[in-house]
Amino acid sequence: MNDEASGSTPILQMRNISKAYGPVRVLEDVNLELSTGEVRCLAGENGSGKSTLIKILSGVVSADAGQVSLNGRQLGDDPMGAITAGLSVIYQDFSLFPNLSVWENIGFLTSVTSGDVVHRRSVRRKLAIETLKRMQVEIDPDAPVELLPVASKQLVAIARALANKARIIVMDEPTTALTRSEVAHLLDIVGTLKKEGVSFLFVSHKIEEVFAVCDTVTVLRDGAVVVEGPIGEFDAGRLVEAMTGRSVDSQRLPREESSVQRPFLAASGLGRRGNFVDVDLELRPGEIVSVVGLLGSGRTELAQTLFGYMQPDAGRIELDGEAVTFKSQHDAIERGIAYVPEDRLTEGLFLNQPIRDNITVSSLEKSTKLGIVSATSLLQRARNAVKNLRIKTPDVTPAVATLSGGNQQRVVLARWMERDPRLLILNGPTVGVDVGSKREIHELLVSLSRSGTAVMVVTDDIPEALALSDRILVMVRGRITAGFDAATVDEDTLYNEVIREDRA
Amino acid sequence: MNALARIFATPQGIVFFVAVLFALVLGLINPAFFTPATLIDLARNGLVTGIFALGVMMVLASGGIDVSHTAIGAFAMYATMKIVLGIDLDLPIIAYFVIAAIIGAGLGLINGVLIGGLGLNTLIVTLGTLSFFRGALLTFLGTTYITSVPREVINFSRTILIRIENAVGQMVSLPASFLVLVAVTIVLAIIMNFTVFGRKVYAIGGSEEAAQRIGIRIRRVKVLIYVIAGAIAGLAGMTHVTLSRMANPFDLVGMELNVIAAVVLGGARITGGHGTVLGTLLGVFVITMINTTLLMAGVPSYWQKFVIGCLIIVGTGLPIVIDRLARHRQRMKRPLEAG
Repeated sequence: MNDEASGSTPILQMRNISKAYGPVRVLEDVNLELSTGEVRCLAGENGSGKSTLIKILSGVVSADAGQVSLNGRQLGDDPMGAITAGLSVIYQDFSLFPNLSVWENIGFLTSVTSGDVVHRRSVRRKLAIETLKRMQVEIDPDAPVELLPVASKQLVAIARALANKARIIVMDEPTTALTRSEVAHLLDIVGTLKKEGVSFLFVSHKIEEVFAVCDTVTVLRDGAVVVEGPIGEFDAGRLVEAMTGRSVDSQRLPREESSVQRPFLAASGLGRRGNFVDVDLELRPGEIVSVVGLLGSGRTELAQTLFGYMQPDAGRIELDGEAVTFKSQHDAIERGIAYVPEDRLTEGLFLNQPIRDNITVSSLEKSTKLGIVSATSLLQRARNAVKNLRIKTPDVTPAVATLSGGNQQRVVLARWMERDPRLLILNGPTVGVDVGSKREIHELLVSLSRSGTAVMVVTDDIPEALALSDRILVMVRGRITAGFDAATVDEDTLYNEVIREDRA
Repeated sequence: MNALARIFATPQGIVFFVAVLFALVLGLINPAFFTPATLIDLARNGLVTGIFALGVMMVLASGGIDVSHTAIGAFAMYATMKIVLGIDLDLPIIAYFVIAAIIGAGLGLINGVLIGGLGLNTLIVTLGTLSFFRGALLTFLGTTYITSVPREVINFSRTILIRIENAVGQMVSLPASFLVLVAVTIVLAIIMNFTVFGRKVYAIGGSEEAAQRIGIRIRRVKVLIYVIAGAIAGLAGMTHVTLSRMANPFDLVGMELNVIAAVVLGGARITGGHGTVLGTLLGVFVITMINTTLLMAGVPSYWQKFVIGCLIIVGTGLPIVIDRLARHRQRMKRPLEAG
């Protein structure tokens, strides 16, 4: 291994990087350094230029000006050059091969970089097993990757980088899909590898993780470095302010107290084999209820059952005091229930279709007369929705794929609001959304609920639940174990309740 | 899941089961079915389909599809005959196969450049080249049967590996051309399982973007895939000549869907990333058995299409249905408890 670099000399230097796409300046005169064993956080909102900077670093995109050097050697714009120089990027989607085994995935990068002709099965398998052992991770090396849970896929992606003797690992929002305990495990591994001299560039939205793992921070805003330095010089407030350019208060959103109304939906003794049991809950107009639980706690299944996507095995659901059975989600939609799924990209949106069509697709009948859809009415409604939800776009005709994460999420919301739902269920409403947009989405939800819609939010983001909800229900292993008034409970109490049985 | 359900849970399992069932029924009707002679007959009948299928399997594993392979085979076979008859030299039989493979590889290169180089859709490209290669063959090379094939080809086709008498006293024989299938099988099995190139084929079929990101040069791999598939199609075409002892430019084209059906029944997925040499041969075996035996039993030939169509739908659909049922049953077996 090339460990000759001491802690002070940078292993990676990016100097005066500039990049423009047409007239849009994406990066301007960006400098970034990384020393051996340093964990640096690259923070910034969506659209601040983080992704472009990573693409330049990995050689996928070439910079208009500036240089990237690794170990003093200058890199060109060739992905192989960066990889062989010891730089590995772990993308948000992990970029693994679902059809191949764990060991083959881990060994593949090494096979490619060493230019092997013959597939050295036993050598690569051994390498993979050793790497997993070094990370103290137990994953069956022969299992196909498509069968692994998300957290394990993440670890396989890291193992692949390590197996190829990566000295610098860039992680693009690595914790988006992980629960708290999985994040803790990941951060442990980062800590261990750091001691071995591996450097990390950690791209994250999540302020708490930045403080938990990083030594230094570089904050990008509008394509330029606004501030950088050791983590000790920052606190959460200052970091968020640097990212957004305004101070965002992470406290609970202000709201009017709503009068207690009759529940729109009431579930009693609701159970589904293997998912949840004995769930009692009431969702009222004008109130936001959060169901907080870890991944696998049954929170998603509960939400999907209330939406008619899955059928319960026990218990009953009442709407306005009348017992109902939903055969499918169509029945639930008919009755005024809307569901915004967890993964808006794969489940919610038609990415290549115009914003207009995405907003109006599930409420076409509103613009239909005698079986004919009025294009002007659709356009009008889409424009109104874009205005009301403050979606940042010049017009409603560009494809949804051109929007940032926060704005995409708003398009999903807009679609459901066009149906004037009586109950809106949101699963992880701000996953992958930057701090500023998150706040705005929360504000939207609060005003929506105050206008008389019942809102249920399913999440594992505790600060989000606290900022947003009126009532918080905690779900542990398929049971509702506690209920809190969101105005009075504190973060630690809630956190301990959520992970209570996770420790066992 | 019990053992029977497990058999039906994979396409290969169903295909294998249907094959066994089919053989049993035929054996009951006609006891002569269970003789080595039948096996030899099937091996001979499935020979050309088998060689084509191996090339197509590699393309499917990479996430593409190739419908032009039969046109490549026909072009390579006819062009080889024209060349050899034109230069009028005594060439060893191996040279014929080499020429056919080179011509096939050249045509495959056209597919490869269009698909890998220009990044065009594989189905559109190969549908186009299917028509293009066939049209070029009939327009520029000729439409007449070549019945006076060179002596080496006749000699080779008379070389017999095994000859036995069947139940009704006819001689059935396995020609030396069978060795071409054996050779292609071995070489392709080595390529797919023991070379990094072969693993890259599966990797690209699994996720093209992931492959690109770890530095696999996708274009180069794709071009090579179609070149190899073309060479294999060329060998299939030449093998066809040695079986029929003449070169008919109208042969071969039309069997491409049969070949793709065999590959899919053998476990390759149209979405890419999966497919094995052995599974492909199994698929070819079943399709050949159905075709041959129905024909022998005097069933009108359109029934074969019907049966194979059913088999494809059941073979790919039933595993999905069974998987869904098994999950549901497994869930209902659990007590009403969480986690």
